Amino acid sequence: MADVLTYVLHYEGAFNKNSLGAVSEGAARASEIGGECHAVVVGGDDLSDELCQSLGAYGATKVFRAKGAEGLAQPVVDVMAKVVDEHGHNYALFGGGLLGFEIGAGLAARMHAGVTMEVTGVRAEDGKLVAERPILQDSKISVSRYQGDLGIIIGRINAFEIQERDGGSAEVVDVDVEYSDWSNKAKMVQRGEQRGADVDIEGADILVAGGRGLGKAENFKLAEELAGAFGGNSAVAATRAVVDAGWYPYAAQIGQTGKTVAPKLYLAAGISGAIQHKVGMQTSENIVAINKDAGAPIFEFSDLGIVGDLNKILPKLTEAIKTKKGG
Amino acid sequence: MASHNGSAPAPAESPPPVDSVREFVKQGLDSEDERIDVGVVIVGGGTAGLACANRLLQLLGDDSELMESLGEVPVAIIEKAKTCGGHNLSGAVMRPGPLQELFPDMTREDWRKERFAFGEVKKEAVYMLPNGKAKLRIPTPPPFKNHGNEVISVSSLARYQQRMAEEGGAYVLTETSATQLIVEDGRVLGVRSGDKGRGKDGEPLSNFEPGTDIGAKVTVLAEGCWGHLTGAAIKEFGLAENREPQVWELGVKELWKVPKPLDRVIHTIGPWPLRVASKYGQIGGTWLYPMKDEKSGDDLVSIGFVIDLDYRDATTSAHDLLQLFKTHPFVKEILDGGERVGWGAKALPGGGYWSMPKLTMPGALLVGDSAGMVDTVSLKGVHHCIKSGFLSAEAIYKSLKGGESLESYEQAVENSSIGKELYQVRNTRQPFSKGFIQGAPVVNLAIATKGKIPGGRLEWHRNDEEPMFIGDTRERYPKPDGKYIFDKLSSVYISGNATRDDAPNHIRVQKEVPREIAETWEWMCPAGVYEIPDDAPESGPVDVIVNYTNCVQCGAITAKGGRLTPPEGGDGPLYTLT
Amino acid sequence: MKICVLVKEVPDAAVEKRIDPSNGRLDRSGEKNLNPYDTHAIEAAMQIREGGAAEVEEIVAVTMGPESAVRALHKAVSLGADRSLHLTDDALSGSDVAATGYALSKALEKEQPDLVLLGQQSDDGECYTIGAVVADHLKMPSLTQVIKMDVEDSGLRCERQAEYGYDTVQVDLPAVISVGDAINEPRYPSLKAIMGARKKPLETVGSGDVGIDSSKVGEEGSRVQCGDFHDPEAKPPGKIIEDEDTNETVEQIVAWLEERKLI
Repeated sequence: MADVLTYVLHYEGAFNKNSLGAVSEGAARASEIGGECHAVVVGGDDLSDELCQSLGAYGATKVFRAKGAEGLAQPVVDVMAKVVDEHGHNYALFGGGLLGFEIGAGLAARMHAGVTMEVTGVRAEDGKLVAERPILQDSKISVSRYQGDLGIIIGRINAFEIQERDGGSAEVVDVDVEYSDWSNKAKMVQRGEQRGADVDIEGADILVAGGRGLGKAENFKLAEELAGAFGGNSAVAATRAVVDAGWYPYAAQIGQTGKTVAPKLYLAAGISGAIQHKVGMQTSENIVAINKDAGAPIFEFSDLGIVGDLNKILPKLTEAIKTKKGG
Repeated sequence: MASHNGSAPAPAESPPPVDSVREFVKQGLDSEDERIDVGVVIVGGGTAGLACANRLLQLLGDDSELMESLGEVPVAIIEKAKTCGGHNLSGAVMRPGPLQELFPDMTREDWRKERFAFGEVKKEAVYMLPNGKAKLRIPTPPPFKNHGNEVISVSSLARYQQRMAEEGGAYVLTETSATQLIVEDGRVLGVRSGDKGRGKDGEPLSNFEPGTDIGAKVTVLAEGCWGHLTGAAIKEFGLAENREPQVWELGVKELWKVPKPLDRVIHTIGPWPLRVASKYGQIGGTWLYPMKDEKSGDDLVSIGFVIDLDYRDATTSAHDLLQLFKTHPFVKEILDGGERVGWGAKALPGGGYWSMPKLTMPGALLVGDSAGMVDTVSLKGVHHCIKSGFLSAEAIYKSLKGGESLESYEQAVENSSIGKELYQVRNTRQPFSKGFIQGAPVVNLAIATKGKIPGGRLEWHRNDEEPMFIGDTRERYPKPDGKYIFDKLSSVYISGNATRDDAPNHIRVQKEVPREIAETWEWMCPAGVYEIPDDAPESGPVDVIVNYTNCVQCGAITAKGGRLTPPEGGDGPLYTLT
Repeated sequence: MKICVLVKEVPDAAVEKRIDPSNGRLDRSGEKNLNPYDTHAIEAAMQIREGGAAEVEEIVAVTMGPESAVRALHKAVSLGADRSLHLTDDALSGSDVAATGYALSKALEKEQPDLVLLGQQSDDGECYTIGAVVADHLKMPSLTQVIKMDVEDSGLRCERQAEYGYDTVQVDLPAVISVGDAINEPRYPSLKAIMGARKKPLETVGSGDVGIDSSKVGEEGSRVQCGDFHDPEAKPPGKIIEDEDTNETVEQIVAWLEERKLI
């Protein structure tokens, strides 16, 4: 019985995207090794039957529900340890995010199991699951193989795609857990506080990044308007050169000395793509580059490159996107 | 700022805002509880400085009484890179004698096992390159005879020497720069280490940590090319009186892993890829050295390009000339199928015998490149570094033991292989200042007569006094492709360069300079530090952008109108096999 | 209060990292340095001491590693730790995250700290959240990625950026806290501190000294094996559009974005 147990985080009545990705991935992989995918949820009364059953749409056949503190890892370790003990799951799978790391690591200690972090791919091999993760600044892939009864897989942010299917509704099983002493020693005082209007660059889905090619500080307005047109979880980023020149704040800097990001879309305007910048954004899912120099290095690793004048292209692109979204 | 009305400006006319003596010489030591006291302080953990430490500790090792009298820290080495060797770069084919003398129990096989030596020279060739396609083998001129010499990496050697020094009882303080020479009553009392935690404009940040005075009985200045404190010492103590001015050369090097081992040491003496016409003032050459890495089994090739910094065409770029050199079919054949695994740049002193300063002053002495001990005719300086370190240690030991003056070091250097070899080539390079074609016959004569002709003392003139014009050397530079021909930024990246984003600017240049000077800097700098803003006028004053965080501290800027000062300790490249 | 700071020696960020062709493992030669994230942990310990809200009797730097790891301990001491503990044993080599965390917890058990601090990850990207492993063995509450920490109500009031924004969590002591690099600006050691570091007490212990069960550590005790290093799938070359008619170009871009569900 090669079952996979995933953890699903929830907040204000909705499940976390990365957790849903983990369920989808867990379901797909479990079926390849003759098992099922189950989920664990921990929280209060907002974990209604209906909400929990909906995880069936992503492939979970059972949902183990426990009453406990939300947003903290150690209580979940207690719950998952009990469920694995009683039901013998062979793999624990987590989507990217802070809690996934903490729970996965704690569970590895509790069950003396092998754990792999920053996983970008999972596959079946001879009836077992192996995990793949990038190493050495994403230049190589390492393959992890597990021994023992439990293997723990912690995904990289956005690594697992959400897949809805006609799985129907999952069975909800309530679990009674006696929490460890220490699990009660951390208390949530305030959860999910939004601070200021800044969008978190590292968490953004879409980044519009500007470089020297923008020409002057004022032209960052073009980047901001485009990010605004995309809407949602979008933000503006900058290269070191323009931050040094004072065109944009340091908090937005991407690169070797700066933030490392991997959004769904990285749109680079007026950026040459020198390696110092590349290492900060090379694992973005989709890279679009606009640059007037056809020989700019960025065109060697962009998915879509436009050789042209960003002063002409950005405003029109902004309009077109607004229309698409609005209309 | 003078206007030029069409005549070519010289970098010396736009000097950097710096006053060595006032800024870099400190009067008197801090009080005892504020400072650190050591026996001997060595500024610079490179080949020469470490050789001094290695020899001195050998001598002290046999003299426990003297060792103890030097206190808790008998020998301290101040090194601004993250590790000794991190900022060291050379060709290099080394004459083995001095290193064998320093570590007599090591065989050359031992050198290779320690991964700082990569094979004895068995074959060699010297080529003249008339253009980018042909090559003419010439009979190997005596200075290029390298049989029996060893291909080494100074970066790797320094790491080994550091270990030996530490095992011998030295304190090696890495990530520490020495920013001031401490002097009192005409005597050097020690050095002051650099501050840490200053911001972009030099303002102290929240974690600001001021430097510390290090008092020492003897101070050894082993800062390599462009010694920061050496420059200040030379001014303070008049060490360059009655000497020729020092002149410099810039070398850019790449390390390649190759599938087919190179079987010989190669030098090319031009004129290609340089311009022969004397108006360009371009004199330089290249090297290709085979390296067998015993540890990994890899075959490597060290390839480099060196150019005298008294060239006149502002668009001369050593980095791009190296890339151009690689386009020659014979080089392509050697590097074909290979992968670039290293890059770096460094300036070296080219003045030779007549430009060497006085080597001692009360309380201190100069070793290695800081003292200008490089034979640029045969491209050999490493063994002189080691020898000078060795001799300085002996002089220091004698001085500490019996009160003998440090000046005995001067005579020792003069009488040693350093003095003899440098004397022989004392007038051999100067004729090239007239141009390759005009100078070559005299240079050949000097080589053939082993330095007897020309006699007397031939002059040098300062690199920054050369008038610069915007020429067309740039038109030949190949376009980077990221696989064989590389741009500056990606090169800086693989040098391991790391500098904090809000570090202060360690480069001094004048704010507004003529276009020709701005272009000189932009092309010259191998790391792409200097940039002319897009909206700068085609002629007339330019406010150059200084991307100082790219700086690999090669030192070339100091030859051509600016000044490199030590950045915060720990910044800069992290060379491994250069 | 006794604070133990877990530190690790990692390859310097500038060293080119590669796979050693002779054994297929990560090449760990080359310069090593104190994990930069750990300097934030030491600084956090120093700030608690200097802050005055709690009396800190001792700050102990603890590391598990080969002989060379003492350099990391020297650095930690130069930054303010009072003494250090070096857990080293051939039997520990090849330990995975779970085994390393277990071994460290045994060394820490010996010290009985009130607070264990560490950097949130190591620069070589190998271990994230080993603090959570250590905490489970020590039976202590744990948080990672903490960017603000104050001694309050005989515990710690911690802030961190989680999935939905900033969380504030009150943690009872003893606890294990991993700090993020945004928590503070580490100080630079003075030359005196650097030179004095070698004189501070450094204790070396092996597995046996701290009661480590050898079946749970080393290669034998690790439950996950990493290998088969290979190059990632090459990205297919991107599409290039030369902008002539900007309206048309923009249409193409929008179509491309739509195909990928980006708008």
